[in-house]
Amino acid sequence: MKELIKVRDLNLHFKELHVLKSINMEIYDKTVTSVIGPSGCGKSTYLRCFNRMNDLKDAAIDGEIILDEENIYSRATDVTSLRMKVGMVFQKPNPFPKSIFENTAFGLKIQGKMKGSEIEGRVEQSLRDVWLWDEVKDRLKDSAMSLSGGQQQRLCMARALATNPEIILLDEPTSALDPRSTNKIEELCVELKKEVTILIVTHNIAQAARISDYTAFLYLGELVEYGETKLMFTVPKDKKTEEYISGKFG
Amino acid sequence: MKTKEFLFKYITLAAASLSILFLMGIILSIFKEGLPLFNDINFSDFIFGRKWHPTDEPADLGIFPLISGSIFVTLGALLVGVPLGVGSAIYLSEIASTNVREALKPFIEILAGIPSVIYGLFGMAVLAPLVRKLFNVPTGLNLFSASIILGIMIIPIISSLSEDALSAVSKELREASLALGANRIETIFKVVLPAASSGVISSIILGFGRAIGETMVVLMVSGGAAMLPKSIFSPVRPMTSAIASEMGEAVNGSQHFQALYGIAIVLFLITFLSSLLMQWFAGRENRE
Ligand SMILES: Nc1ncnc2c1ncn2[C@@H]1O[C@H](COP(=O)(O)OP(=O)(O)O)[C@@H](O)[C@H]1O
Ligand SMILES: [Mg+2]
Repeated sequence: MKELIKVRDLNLHFKELHVLKSINMEIYDKTVTSVIGPSGCGKSTYLRCFNRMNDLKDAAIDGEIILDEENIYSRATDVTSLRMKVGMVFQKPNPFPKSIFENTAFGLKIQGKMKGSEIEGRVEQSLRDVWLWDEVKDRLKDSAMSLSGGQQQRLCMARALATNPEIILLDEPTSALDPRSTNKIEELCVELKKEVTILIVTHNIAQAARISDYTAFLYLGELVEYGETKLMFTVPKDKKTEEYISGKFG
Repeated sequence: MKTKEFLFKYITLAAASLSILFLMGIILSIFKEGLPLFNDINFSDFIFGRKWHPTDEPADLGIFPLISGSIFVTLGALLVGVPLGVGSAIYLSEIASTNVREALKPFIEILAGIPSVIYGLFGMAVLAPLVRKLFNVPTGLNLFSASIILGIMIIPIISSLSEDALSAVSKELREASLALGANRIETIFKVVLPAASSGVISSIILGFGRAIGETMVVLMVSGGAAMLPKSIFSPVRPMTSAIASEMGEAVNGSQHFQALYGIAIVLFLITFLSSLLMQWFAGRENRE
């Protein structure tokens, strides 16, 4: 398995609060990796390290995250191009109050490298990738707000995919959705990993078991256990992991 | 208990109805005094007539110069007030730290509370002489000066309402934009402002209504000439200023008197339409 990302001795503090503690981990190319753990253990914070969204808050970060041979926390990193390579989908669907087309094209227009016709092609491809194209192709100019919650979340995935990222980060993407939409997103993740690496935070242990190849168990900011999902869910190495996945706490 | 509730209900209903009653009373009285004018002259001559000589024999009762005065002064005010008002709203809501924001906001609120006659005084005593010297024009009491003073006056209206609209844009939308690689400036102009556009537009319309209806400032600073302005430094006489300055000398019931009420009708229609427009924009957010 090819390593796409290496996390090296990552620590993160919010003021005195030590949120992420010396995390080391590899994320493998074209896989689904899930991050599980009880609420408040640092899952979202961890995820937001990969596209430097914690830069917006007063977070002190040390350690390295290496993507394409480069530490994304080095001074040379251009955050804009990093965020084109590392897409993100949030907990609550958050489409812009713009048209379906404009939502999907947003990143490309920010990038400013493509002509109109190329953008149209890319928008169509991204919408196809998330199985939304047939539902919206006749109303690309309609407001994204007119879509259902599940469709909005898939639109947000299309929006993140449009710049052709290497990895997309999903932070509990189904927690605001009904079971049917949840299923669809889960199937989509499995399908998408042919093209793109997926790192998904979930509070839903069964979901991690269903869709991910690798699972990371985070507890109080520490990476307690990380490995192949099948192994971890059958023979967890750590006592805490076993307790968590068997639902003893959470 | 029953009667108490009953009384309470009807007392509050009366209070609420009173404002409708006042509105009706005002509309009725201006129409009653103003409409007879149109028995003698036709409406389009009144609106588009180029000459306003109400005391001549026979009088010229064309209010086009007055309407132009109002429109130009108001547009000028928007030219000043919109960039500064929306700009300060963007600064306060998007850029300033909490401390700076809390320190600056009271100043804007104080600006909103200053009586317009004080704005007028400032315009006459400080701005007008400056404009006269700086641009070497015969009088500093003109369209330009009035626009600036009115523009400053509507900054707080536009700023505070726009700021509310900008602050109401969710953190999630901003994060979505940043996560797609947009920087802060792009996020403000491509996501936050468009998302807040209904609120920002209604703040601008409110500023428009305030500027076109303002009387004291234009009375004091606009120069008072009832002529079509030839340049931005021409003195003008907006509609409000004409009503306020001429009502005292117009003989009750005369044509001049009726014409001033006619101006009031036009002014009322303009502000009425602008507040309808504003409510439409303000309601748009909820409909979307
Ligand atoms: N901006 C912030 N400032 C200070 N503390 C924060 C901030 N964001 C998160 N935290 C804290 O970091 C810890 C981890 O939060 P989070 O990553 O959101 O957990 P999870 O996603 O696993 O529920 C929590 O204790 C939370 O209170
Ligand atoms: Mg979280």
